[in-house]
Amino acid sequence: MLTYTIRRLALFVPMAAGMVIVTFGLLLLVPGDPAAVLLGQEASAADIARLRASLGLDDPWYVRLGGYFAALLQGDMGRSIFQNQTVASIIGERLGATVELALAALVVAIVIGFVLGVAAAMFRGSWIDTASMLLAQFGVSMPVYWLGILLMLAFAVKLGWLPSIGRGEPLVTALGMALTGNPAPLFKSLSHLVLPALALGVNSAAIISRLVRTAMIDVLGEDFVRTAYAKGLRRPRVIVRHALRNALLPVVSVIGLRFGALLGGAVLTESIFGWPGLGQLTIAAIGQRDLPLIQGIVLTYAMMFALVNLLVDLSYALIDPRVRLG
Amino acid sequence: MLKRALAHPSLFVGGVLTTLIVCAAVFAPWLATHPVEQMAMRERFAMPSAAHWLGTDNFGRDLWTRIIFGARISLSIALISVSAAAAIGSAIGLVAGYFGGWIDLVLMRVTDVFLGFPALILALAIVAVMGPGVLNVSIALIIVFWTEYARVVRSATLVLREQAYVTAARALGASHFRIITKEILPNTVGPIIVLTTLGLGTAILSESALSFLGFGVPPPQPTWGWTLAYGTRFIRSEPWLSIVAGMAIMLTVLAFNLLGDGLRDLLDPRQLSRAGRSTSSQKGS
Repeated sequence: MLTYTIRRLALFVPMAAGMVIVTFGLLLLVPGDPAAVLLGQEASAADIARLRASLGLDDPWYVRLGGYFAALLQGDMGRSIFQNQTVASIIGERLGATVELALAALVVAIVIGFVLGVAAAMFRGSWIDTASMLLAQFGVSMPVYWLGILLMLAFAVKLGWLPSIGRGEPLVTALGMALTGNPAPLFKSLSHLVLPALALGVNSAAIISRLVRTAMIDVLGEDFVRTAYAKGLRRPRVIVRHALRNALLPVVSVIGLRFGALLGGAVLTESIFGWPGLGQLTIAAIGQRDLPLIQGIVLTYAMMFALVNLLVDLSYALIDPRVRLG
Repeated sequence: MLKRALAHPSLFVGGVLTTLIVCAAVFAPWLATHPVEQMAMRERFAMPSAAHWLGTDNFGRDLWTRIIFGARISLSIALISVSAAAAIGSAIGLVAGYFGGWIDLVLMRVTDVFLGFPALILALAIVAVMGPGVLNVSIALIIVFWTEYARVVRSATLVLREQAYVTAARALGASHFRIITKEILPNTVGPIIVLTTLGLGTAILSESALSFLGFGVPPPQPTWGWTLAYGTRFIRSEPWLSIVAGMAIMLTVLAFNLLGDGLRDLLDPRQLSRAGRSTSSQKGS
């Protein structure tokens, strides 16, 4: 296990370096003089020269890349062009909200995905199977933002059951308050979280349900399942203890990959539900063409995604001995 | 072949839906019931009727007309970006898989780096620095989508390069280029077709998401994403506008997904072997 962990960590380093290079390369895609483009047509020559100096555009690219690496190693992502703050502090303020939303969506995706997938596999060929997989097909094809709008229309505008925009207290804080006898903030936080998490999670739920169905059908045909039945075990026990546990393996790695899609999708969900996270910040930064901030955000997303996949790979090795011994 | 195609409901439904949508886009100028930009303020937010099949928008413009012209933009961008991504990704996958060694190592690490970015975020960032427009959105989607082809084609090539007929071609003195293009590439076409069909749906979702956020093809082009986003301004009183635009996106993506799933089932190696045919062509799909 130790060798596997070291090998996997060693792979992470060049990948992270590659991501930094790609993020740095974004600046090279700006047509013309980036400083003039970023500041717009009304900027004075002095402002442009100042921005050129602050972005280090007068140096050759490899010197700038070296400087970018050196700064990142010290946790410095640069300064925002339009906000008088460091990129790291702006991102730090928003990161928690996006992670909370993405994790909530992941829970939605896993719960719905497993329920639909297991039901479809258990009743293979029946109307339950057809209905589950039809739902999954629609879930995969539905634009995240459209579903968000429909949910908002139904549950916030028409029925008035849930708030349409904004966020309550951070869930962890609200949970702490609930433990000290004040549950109101927790209910408020959850009521704000339900619709965006559902909108964001349904697409991944659909993908997971199809995978779970396939994996379960494969496992249910295995000899050890037949042996379990032959031993006289009841069906629910065979499904949960034997089949589901083995069907879990191929699904775990996909869950890590889905996290990247959830982070990307969060941009759309946050803009619909006014969720004050990294997604909204991305839209604002792009609107202003605040390049250091855009680079910082892109790199943060990539690193989060890479770290989650690293954790999934390591946990996968823990679950499946074939991975660490193979 | 046709009998087998009809035996796959998703292939049949997806094929019919895709044909209808592509025809609507291609023949949009003839199928349109009104000029695209014709406004009629008295008829704004009209519900579907004989005069306006899908109703009208906030300027009284005919939605059916705008949706089928929007299909042209979405389908063009999807087709351009997915074909280019398929060509670039497949070429990289073929070279990496065929030559192996350090070439494979370097190319696959580069692929991993690009795969490591959430797709929509990378596409957004690229459009943000390059500016909106059909070409830039297409370039952004190519940069995001080529990786999948590289990985799939590489794994297929790894298997194919060990096949007897490749060894035979090598023994006969065929050049690397000839072996790759004449012996290996034709056998990776199956997985590439499936990926491309499914990729078209994903590209349409991504393009409409960029338009929805205001960073795609700018108005007055009637993109689906922009129509949907614009409709949200009237969502409380007139939700129809957003619902129709979203429906168009979903049906199109559904069509490509069903077609892609159906093709995958049809080209499945196990089914091919049952039919007594070579299985080498679909390894790695």
